[in-house]
Amino acid sequence: MSDRSQLEGLVNQLLDEAKVQGATAAEADVSLVTGLSTTVRLGEVETIEHNRDRGLAVTVYVGQRKGSASTSDFSASAVKEAVSAACGIARYTAEDGYAGLADPELMAYEYADLDLYHPWDLNAEHAIELGQTCEAAARDFDRRITNSEGASVSMHEGVRVYGNSHGFVGSYPTSRHSVSCSVIAQEGEAMQRDYWYSTTRSAEDLEGVESIGSHAAERAVRRLNGRRLATCQSAVVFAAEVASSLLSHLVGAIRGESLYRNASFLVDSLGQRLFPSIVNISEQPHLTKALGSAPFDAEGVLTSSRELVKDGVLQGYVLDSYSARKLGMQTTGNAGGVHNLIIEPGRKDLAEMLKEMDNGLLVTELMGQGVNKVTGDYSRGASGFWVEQGEIQYPVEEFTIAGNLRNMFLGVREIGRDVDLRRNVRTGSILIEEMTIAGA
Amino acid sequence: MSDTFDIARGLLLDSGNLTEGQLHDVLGQALTHSIDYADLYFQVNRHESWVLEDGIVKEGSHGLDRGVGVRAVSGEKTGFAYSDEITLGALTDAATTARNIARSGQEKRVQAWAASPHPMLYEPVDPIGTLTEHDKVELLSRLDAEARKQDPRVKQVIVSLTGVHDAVLVAASDGTLAADVRPLVRLNVSVVVEQDGRREVGYTGGGGRYGYDYFLAGERATGYAREAVRQALVNLQAREAPAGTMNVVLGPGWPGVLLHEAIGHGLEGDFNRKGTSAFSGRVGERVASEQCTVVDDGTLPNRRGSLTTDDEGVPAQTTVLIEDGILKGYMHDKLNGRLMGVTSTGNGRRESYAHLPMPRMTNTYMLAGRYDPQEIIASVDKGLYAVNFGGGQVDITSGKFVFSASEAYVIEKGKISYPVKGATLIGNGPDVLTRVTMVGKDLALDEGVGTCGKEGQSVPVGVGQPTLRVDGLTVGGTTGG
Repeated sequence: MSDRSQLEGLVNQLLDEAKVQGATAAEADVSLVTGLSTTVRLGEVETIEHNRDRGLAVTVYVGQRKGSASTSDFSASAVKEAVSAACGIARYTAEDGYAGLADPELMAYEYADLDLYHPWDLNAEHAIELGQTCEAAARDFDRRITNSEGASVSMHEGVRVYGNSHGFVGSYPTSRHSVSCSVIAQEGEAMQRDYWYSTTRSAEDLEGVESIGSHAAERAVRRLNGRRLATCQSAVVFAAEVASSLLSHLVGAIRGESLYRNASFLVDSLGQRLFPSIVNISEQPHLTKALGSAPFDAEGVLTSSRELVKDGVLQGYVLDSYSARKLGMQTTGNAGGVHNLIIEPGRKDLAEMLKEMDNGLLVTELMGQGVNKVTGDYSRGASGFWVEQGEIQYPVEEFTIAGNLRNMFLGVREIGRDVDLRRNVRTGSILIEEMTIAGA
Repeated sequence: MSDTFDIARGLLLDSGNLTEGQLHDVLGQALTHSIDYADLYFQVNRHESWVLEDGIVKEGSHGLDRGVGVRAVSGEKTGFAYSDEITLGALTDAATTARNIARSGQEKRVQAWAASPHPMLYEPVDPIGTLTEHDKVELLSRLDAEARKQDPRVKQVIVSLTGVHDAVLVAASDGTLAADVRPLVRLNVSVVVEQDGRREVGYTGGGGRYGYDYFLAGERATGYAREAVRQALVNLQAREAPAGTMNVVLGPGWPGVLLHEAIGHGLEGDFNRKGTSAFSGRVGERVASEQCTVVDDGTLPNRRGSLTTDDEGVPAQTTVLIEDGILKGYMHDKLNGRLMGVTSTGNGRRESYAHLPMPRMTNTYMLAGRYDPQEIIASVDKGLYAVNFGGGQVDITSGKFVFSASEAYVIEKGKISYPVKGATLIGNGPDVLTRVTMVGKDLALDEGVGTCGKEGQSVPVGVGQPTLRVDGLTVGGTTGG
């Protein structure tokens, strides 16, 4: 790939320029992503977008002072200007004893090919046909599907290069393709919208477009005639497609930045029991073809697999080199985030999870950002289904679910085997003992 | 034309040696297929940010993004391509790609450029140069000291300062040739306080379309620091929030996020053209109590959501959404306006040259009513008084919306009793304003920190409202019921 060597050259240019302009250390990140996105609505083409996004970012250190700059302009003069802007800032930022690159011995001087690049030779005509087939499957699914927000098909491929003044330069190409469909079901005056999507590294792994369409339609129709709930305490099953948000809240609270700022309800929680013993959570950055895989993190640190939660006990934090130094620890290779966080699946599918719950709430959609990472207080809008004796009774909407994440984590009773593979955080459905539902 | 236009032309066209005649030719090429409309959107966006943490300014960054987007519209179809190089060659390539949305057909003519006069809502300043680097660092340090001296329980202070200089130029086949130079500054303070092992956070800030000197006026900036600490200390005393449906009094200003979520998004033209909004086809119907008049107003001087011209070159307007409780109209961009047989209301906005425009809000607020705010609180026997909020979200189609309180109090027998923890409030958009029983006379706009997300695109917006009493809103706390 000629793009790749060109971008590597640009990283070296940035690092050289930083040295020339007086930086004692520097790191640079350059990326280029190209793609095509089409949307079809009610059988007709709505949009065709040709994407080509590129960017370069450089961080310089002058002693312990730091400055950064970025631009979409790759010209030689822009490279000089970006470095100059970064160095200009570093003249005014304060000496920070913790600032700097990750340690040189942690760099990913050798790394495996994780099979993340599968370009899709997709032209606009083909993308439109796929979208039309997908949307038609949704609209033909049920006579109550009366309207559509359309079906989208997109393909993207790109390359990212990272390098720093330790002499490390790493790069790898990736691809990501998606099909999604969103339709509206109507009965009387009331309308409900829902969607379904598939996203993968390789087009051949995408869910069939007709299956995506009918799945979207089924989800929209089943929400019709939703009732409100009375305010009560109830067990809650988070369906797999929303359960990953609970693990994202965990990650947010054990990120180094939250910890050294004392802005987390999980400060000093290492070695503590956060979940019941059935919960095991690992990070697996090297899964081939996975959406969250990365051979090295945003500081060039070699990533590796690890156990984050074992038998319910927290084994580690999520750190980059800066927060690690602040906490007197070692980076965990998480600059830029986690790479494939996986909660060990249990043995039950969703139907068996509902049987296990017996009476309670199945949540299939969450709304709003009502989660306080500092206190763990949780209060979000939701919709889903009321369950009695293990069977779905009717759709429910316009209520909130609330609790505190510490209690919610300890209250996890069961993890499903219905794992959602479409995210960087992989989990099946999760049954939580008790939460407060506020409704009518 | 104006200073603004000359500045934008200098930044966007002159460096690529482009002339207005060449833009006319490129649009002409785009129209050679059966295209109804084509536009070119040039943008250069320079931005910086500075962050203080642990008592030192330890990070700063500078960014520069430049490019041009070309859009070709045929009926309901849109073709779109963009380039981060502003040259005639790149522009011609993008136009050729975008016009492929339509088959070859009858040629149309690009209209001659026609200027649309409009008042300037803000000075075309570059905020980044309005304060020296030394003074920016000094400002952040001053806020850190101000926050820490408020109370020994303050354990962490994070202050961030951002400045944006955004110059855009729009040339369209309908004869539009317009430019805007948009300054935008923002200053935020967040604090963590701790007492007996309990931690709470307070977060505040402000800004608008100004240079950084805006923050130096009087006690404005230090006021943010004191306010963040005040909120955090209130939250240290907060008890569990109530759960269930109750009467809620919403404070003035930022709680107007209610309007943004509950009705604003649902009144955007694209959803209504497609019939996917809970408000579709309801113009002329009662959707609020007769005390409620709600507008979207992009013409307020220096406000964060204001635009001298929108991203399609249409001057910003004041659009009445709800008048005395009756739904009056929607917010439109050119595409959705044309398809619905009306003109744009100046609400066509896009995150950048690399994104397609769509109908978006500017500053959305409810006009003042007749009640004294104290009288409104006194009228509630048992309920919630919510004065600060985080973000919200809405499901356009079902109309269900949420917004999350970050500072709230229980009202007992008409008096503010004790603070409660943050909780999410949930309601039904088409219905919630019909249950507004009292509208205060204390209209206030927010401090200028709002950002709205829609289909992956973020744009700065404003909200506002007077004190409101809403009966029967569901409060998502953990106690009672």
